[in-house]
Amino acid sequence: MSALSAPVSWARENLFSNWKNTLATLAIAYLLWKLALPFLDWALVHAVWWSPDAKACRAAKGTGACWALVADKHRFMLFGTYPYDAQWRPALASLIFVALYVVSAIRACWRRWLALVWLGGLVAIGVLMWGGVFGLRYVENERWGGLALTLLLATFGIAFAFPLSILLALARRSTMPVIRWLAIGYIELIRGVPLISLLFMASVMLPLFLPEGVTIDKLLRAQIAMILFAAAYLAEVVRGGLQAIPRGQYEAAQALGLPFWKMMGLIILPQALRISIPPLVNTFIGFFKDTSLVLIIGLFDLLTTVKVSLTEPKWSGFGIEAYLFASAVYFIFCFAMSRYSQALEKSLGAAQSRTTAGKGAA
Amino acid sequence: MIELSRVNKWYGDFHVLKDIDLKVGKGEKVVVCGPSGSGKSTMIRLINRLEAHQGGRIVVDGIELTDDLKAVDAIRREVGMVFQSFNLFPHLTVMENLTLAPIWVRKMPKRAAEEHAQHFLERVRIPEQADKYPGQLSGGQQQRVAIARALCMRPKVMLFDEPTSALDPEMIKEVLDVMIELANEGMTMVCVTHEMGFAKTVADRVVFMDQGEVVEAARPDEFFAAPKTDRAKLFLSQILGH
Ligand SMILES: Nc1ncnc2c1ncn2[C@@H]1O[C@H](COP(=O)(O)OP(=O)(O)O)[C@@H](O)[C@H]1O
Ligand SMILES: [Mg+2]
Repeated sequence: MSALSAPVSWARENLFSNWKNTLATLAIAYLLWKLALPFLDWALVHAVWWSPDAKACRAAKGTGACWALVADKHRFMLFGTYPYDAQWRPALASLIFVALYVVSAIRACWRRWLALVWLGGLVAIGVLMWGGVFGLRYVENERWGGLALTLLLATFGIAFAFPLSILLALARRSTMPVIRWLAIGYIELIRGVPLISLLFMASVMLPLFLPEGVTIDKLLRAQIAMILFAAAYLAEVVRGGLQAIPRGQYEAAQALGLPFWKMMGLIILPQALRISIPPLVNTFIGFFKDTSLVLIIGLFDLLTTVKVSLTEPKWSGFGIEAYLFASAVYFIFCFAMSRYSQALEKSLGAAQSRTTAGKGAA
Repeated sequence: MIELSRVNKWYGDFHVLKDIDLKVGKGEKVVVCGPSGSGKSTMIRLINRLEAHQGGRIVVDGIELTDDLKAVDAIRREVGMVFQSFNLFPHLTVMENLTLAPIWVRKMPKRAAEEHAQHFLERVRIPEQADKYPGQLSGGQQQRVAIARALCMRPKVMLFDEPTSALDPEMIKEVLDVMIELANEGMTMVCVTHEMGFAKTVADRVVFMDQGEVVEAARPDEFFAAPKTDRAKLFLSQILGH
């Protein structure tokens, strides 16, 4: 009895405290009943988990989900056209990416050696993906695809765009007019253009301007376009953080004799970036999903491979299941980022609960 | 040590400082007072070039302040400053606040900088707060940390811009005591303050400013007993009156 009394009193307090609350609770319970139950029924109870020829799926169509599609095509969805027998390589590369994210998320690991760990990890990923050494078959990057490609675009995108965005944000606040105007021009220009058209320009127009014989790889072109795009957005987020730092912080740093870059690196940016964590992660998440736009220039990222799976006649018509799978993969990464940013904000803010800055400035 | 001659400054069309002349010798303590908006902060901030002057000459420790960044850096290493609003770095612990500049500007090894910092924390009487963040300290403690932070650079000159104005009354004394001790040790000090008790105790000279000019400069006993100008009389009656 006592084991039940806690949830009962919790429910009374939170769900049925007054008639409005009670009404809302009942309405939501009704909706859940009407929507969630049929969904679970479809997704789990009547789902078809295994059916290589898709016959069972056709039979259950409308009443049960066809997860057999994912079971059959998951290798292609995750690794694209990478040679089938060598797909352990992109799988391992993706795991290395995830391991790098996890290590970087742990504050105790924020040391100088982390940069070396990243360097080592990226070299390993490069070796695995390209091959050509250690007896690994060479795989040209036209054949890369799926999750490994998505992680690659997102990771390198953020890794280069973020430092670039800090420079842009500082340039935009520079006292030197030329630098300031260049930064403003760049940011406004890039922000005024959809990513799709940037990618398109990078893939179609850029080669026209290059001298004969010089080619830049398609993947690299897309990557550069994405970096330039993300940097403009991140720069505005960083600038917002910089604006929130009181002038007294700059003055105290200058009065101590800290040169400009030390002042920025040790005093201003640590504070500015800390308060920018929520909007930064918001932009990261958007960027992670935007990598799916590379499909328009013919790169096989995760969303594209999922879509292509559906062109096989036996699986046509099971788009819901395929896209739910893709969404789930995207969701795992985005949700992890979001939760992590909340935890980080908390742990960074915990120590300095009250803030000193800005009490009665002169 | 510090010499300002015929220094002028404008903010746009507004003439903030007019032909300021001020000499501070080694070991001398100068208290600057005057009504709000008279240009006291601006003048003191010229000395370590948080603001740039537009006419006249400023020489600190034998180095003339110009646009030359080397000269500015050299002077900032020798001149410590304490602000009204403390301006401690909230993301760093007290110890990190203190050791930052010695490590990155003076290139001291970390261990030595920490021992050094602990010594100054003892001098400002808060040795036990080293591992706290500024936000966890009272205003008076924060201002004493700010003084220790400046002292850690072993400056030849200390500038104070209304160091007690943002403090609750019961905390003013603890900060002034530290400043008086510092003065007694022979530090060269320029201090903007309205704490007349402090001025009487330590100042060699009181400089009274109004509307961007140095109106009077005199020994504290003379200045407080018999101000020569009407503006100074009015000012003194206002701050002593309430
Ligand atoms: N950055 C600035 N831009 C324009 N005017 C300023 C600026 N800083 C100060 N002033 C003006 O200069 C005058 C002197 O300011 P300040 O030196 O702070 O006076 P005090 O410290 O004596 O109160 C004031 O009228 C103030 O409004
Ligand atoms: Mg002032």
